[in-house]
Amino acid sequence: MSNNTPFAPWNDEAAVPLIQFDGVSKKYGDFLAIDNIDLKIYPREFFALLGPSGCGKTTLMRMLAGFEEASAGKITIDNKDMAGIPPNKRAVNMMFQSYALFPHLNVVDNLAFGLKRSRMAKSEIDGRVEEMLRLVQLQKFAKRKPHQLSGGQRQRVALARALAKAPKLLLLDEPLGALDKKLREETQFELMDIQEKTGTTFVIVTHDQEEAMTVASRIAVMDHGKLVQIDTPDRVYENPNSIYVAGFIGDVNIIEGRVSHLAGEEAQLCWAEGTSDIRGMAGPKIQKGEEAAFAVRPEKVALSVQEPIERNNRVAGRVEDIAYLGNMSTYYVRLENGNLIKSQVANDRRISRRSVTWNDQVWLSWSDTAGIVLPSGGNPS
Amino acid sequence: MTLSKRLLIFVPYAWLLALFLVPFFIVVKIALSDYAISIPPYTPTFDLSAGWAGFVDFLSKLDLENFVFLAEDDLYWKTFLSSLQIAVIATLLTLLVGFPFAYAIAQAPSEWRPSLVLLVILPFWTSFLIRVYALIGILSNEGFLNQFLMWTGLISEPLAILNTDIAVYIGIVYAYLPFMVLPIYATLDKLDGSLLEAAQDLGCTRFQAFWSVTIHLAKPGVIAGCFLVFIPTLGEFVIPSLLGGARTLMIGKVLWEEFFSNRDWPVASAVAVILLLILIVPIVLFQRSEQRLREQNQ
Ligand SMILES: Nc1ncnc2c1ncn2[C@@H]1O[C@H](COP(=O)(O)OP(=O)(O)O)[C@@H](O)[C@H]1O
Ligand SMILES: [Mg+2]
Repeated sequence: MSNNTPFAPWNDEAAVPLIQFDGVSKKYGDFLAIDNIDLKIYPREFFALLGPSGCGKTTLMRMLAGFEEASAGKITIDNKDMAGIPPNKRAVNMMFQSYALFPHLNVVDNLAFGLKRSRMAKSEIDGRVEEMLRLVQLQKFAKRKPHQLSGGQRQRVALARALAKAPKLLLLDEPLGALDKKLREETQFELMDIQEKTGTTFVIVTHDQEEAMTVASRIAVMDHGKLVQIDTPDRVYENPNSIYVAGFIGDVNIIEGRVSHLAGEEAQLCWAEGTSDIRGMAGPKIQKGEEAAFAVRPEKVALSVQEPIERNNRVAGRVEDIAYLGNMSTYYVRLENGNLIKSQVANDRRISRRSVTWNDQVWLSWSDTAGIVLPSGGNPS
Repeated sequence: MTLSKRLLIFVPYAWLLALFLVPFFIVVKIALSDYAISIPPYTPTFDLSAGWAGFVDFLSKLDLENFVFLAEDDLYWKTFLSSLQIAVIATLLTLLVGFPFAYAIAQAPSEWRPSLVLLVILPFWTSFLIRVYALIGILSNEGFLNQFLMWTGLISEPLAILNTDIAVYIGIVYAYLPFMVLPIYATLDKLDGSLLEAAQDLGCTRFQAFWSVTIHLAKPGVIAGCFLVFIPTLGEFVIPSLLGGARTLMIGKVLWEEFFSNRDWPVASAVAVILLLILIVPIVLFQRSEQRLREQNQ
C-alpha cells in the first residue's frame, strides 16, 4: 500500500474481499436475528459493526468465527465457503467480550495455548509468546494468573492471545466495554497501532459510536438484523442515508416537512407556515412532494444576535437553555413553530464575555450544504 | 487480641474439645487398657477417690499391648489394606459415575438445574439403613436385578452379586454418589461457557476443549468429591456388613465385631485410633487443597 493513495479497497472494482456475505440470514427458532445481509470486508480493513444492543452484532461475529451456522446464504472467507467448517479449522481468531482467559493458566500459558495446538516447535512458541508480550507490553506480568491482573491488563492478554496465531481475521466483540473512558481512548489508539503493525484484518463490534468513528476504516450501522448503511466514518456522519443512522451517530437536529424542490444534489424542504424553505443536500430515496426530514448537526448551526441576511437558511428563536460543556456550549433554541433546535458553539472566549443568555431572541443559520434531506420515518432509537 | 475476640474464638474450640478431643482421649485411654470380664469390660478404670497414688497406679497399668497385638496379627494389617483398596476403588468408581452426572446437570437448561440437584439429594430424605436394605432386595439372587436380567434372557442363572465385593462397590457408589456429584457440579456450574469457545477458537476440537478446559477447571470439585467419598468409605461399616460377604474385609466391620461380638473394647479402641491416624493424612491433604482453592478464588 503506497502512502499517497488513500486506503479504500471498497472503491476498487478489482480488489478481492477477504470476507463475503451473500444473502446471509440467521434464525433462532422463529426469531430472525440476521436478515439477508450482503457485505464485503477487504484485507487490512478495520471494520466496525455498530448498532444498539440486540441488533445482531455478536451473532454476525459468531458466524464468522464458526460458532453459529447461517440459516440461509453463503459466507466465504478468503474465497472458501465456510459452511460446516468448525472454529478450530478457520484462520480466524476472536477476542471475547468477557475475555475468556483460562483462569488456571498464567499469561504465558494463555498466550501459548493456541500455538501448542498448531504443530509449532517449542522454541518457536517461546519466541512468538515473547513477541506477543512485547506487543502488548506485558513482559513484567508473564507469570501472573488472570485473577492477578487489572481489567486493562486482562484485555491486553486477550488481545495478544487472539493475535498469537497470526490469524487472517481478528474478531473483537466489544473489546473495550469493561474499561473506563480514559483507558478506552488510550486502548483504541493501541488497537489501531497494533492493527497497522500486524496487517491483520480487524472486525470490531461496538455500541459506542465514538469508538467506531475513531478506529474504523469503515462502519456498518445495524438495526434489527439488517445493515442500514456501510460507509467510511466521515460519510456515515456527513451523509447518513436515513434518520436512524443520523440519530445513531452523533447528535442531530431533525426538522420534518415536505420536499418542495428537488434538483440533483439540492433539495428544499417546506416545513412551517410563513417561513422560507430550508435548503440542503438531497439524501437518497426522497421524492418531490413527499414527506421528508431535514437533518443538521448542532455544530453546523451558527448562532447570532443580528439577522444573518447573507444566508438562505435562517430562523429566529428564543434561547431556552444553555448547556456548558467546557470547550463548547450547546444552546437550545425554541423556534416560533415550537421546534427545538440545538446549536453548538465553541467557547473561544471566557464565559463572562459572551453576549447571549437565557430568553434572548437569537438567529440560527446554516449553509446550503450543511444539512441533508432524508426520507422520513425510521426514527432514531 | 481483645477479650471479646478471644471469647468468640473460644466457643468453637470449646465445642471441638468437648465433642472431639475428650472422646478421643477416652478412646485412646481404653486402647491402652487391658481386656477384663467386668463392666466396663476393661481395666484399669479411673478412680478419683484413690487420690494421687491411685492416679500413678492407674497410669502404670496402661501399655501399648493392644497396638503390638494389632501389629503382630496380620488379619488387622490385611483388613486395613483391604479397606484402603476398597475405598480407593469405590472412590474411583463413584467418580466415574458421578462426573457424567454432574456434567449432565450443569449442561441442562438453567431452569431445570435446581430440580435436578434436588433429585440428587432426594435419597437423603430416607434413612441410610433402609436404602442399603433396599439394595439387598435388588441385588439378591431372587432380587429385581436378577429377575430382570433373566426375563430379558441375558442370563439363565442368577448372578451372585449380593455378599460379594461387587455388591459393596455398588452400595458405596449408590450411597455416596451425592457427595461426589454436588462438589463437581458446583465447579462445572460456575464454568464460563466462553472458555470452551475460546479453546475451540484457538484450535482445539470439541473434545480437546473439554479435556483441557472443563476437566482442568473441574479439578477442585473432583478432588473435594473424592475426599468426601473416600474418607467415610474407609471406615464404612453398614454397607460391607449388609451387602458384603464373609470374605469382605473392612475395618469398620472388624471394629464392630471387636466391640459387640468379642466385647474386646481395648482392641477395638486401638483399631479405631489407627483408623483415625490413617484418615488424618487425607483429611489434611483435603484441607490443604481447599485452602489453595480459596486463595485462588480470593
Ligand atoms: N442462542 C440464541 N438463541 C436465541 N436467540 C438469540 C441467541 N443469541 C442471540 N439471540 C437473539 O438474537 C438477537 C441478536 O443478538 P446479538 O447478536 O447478541 O446482539 P448484539 O450483540 O447486537 O447485542 C437478540 O435479540 C438475541 O436475543
Ligand atoms: Mg453482543
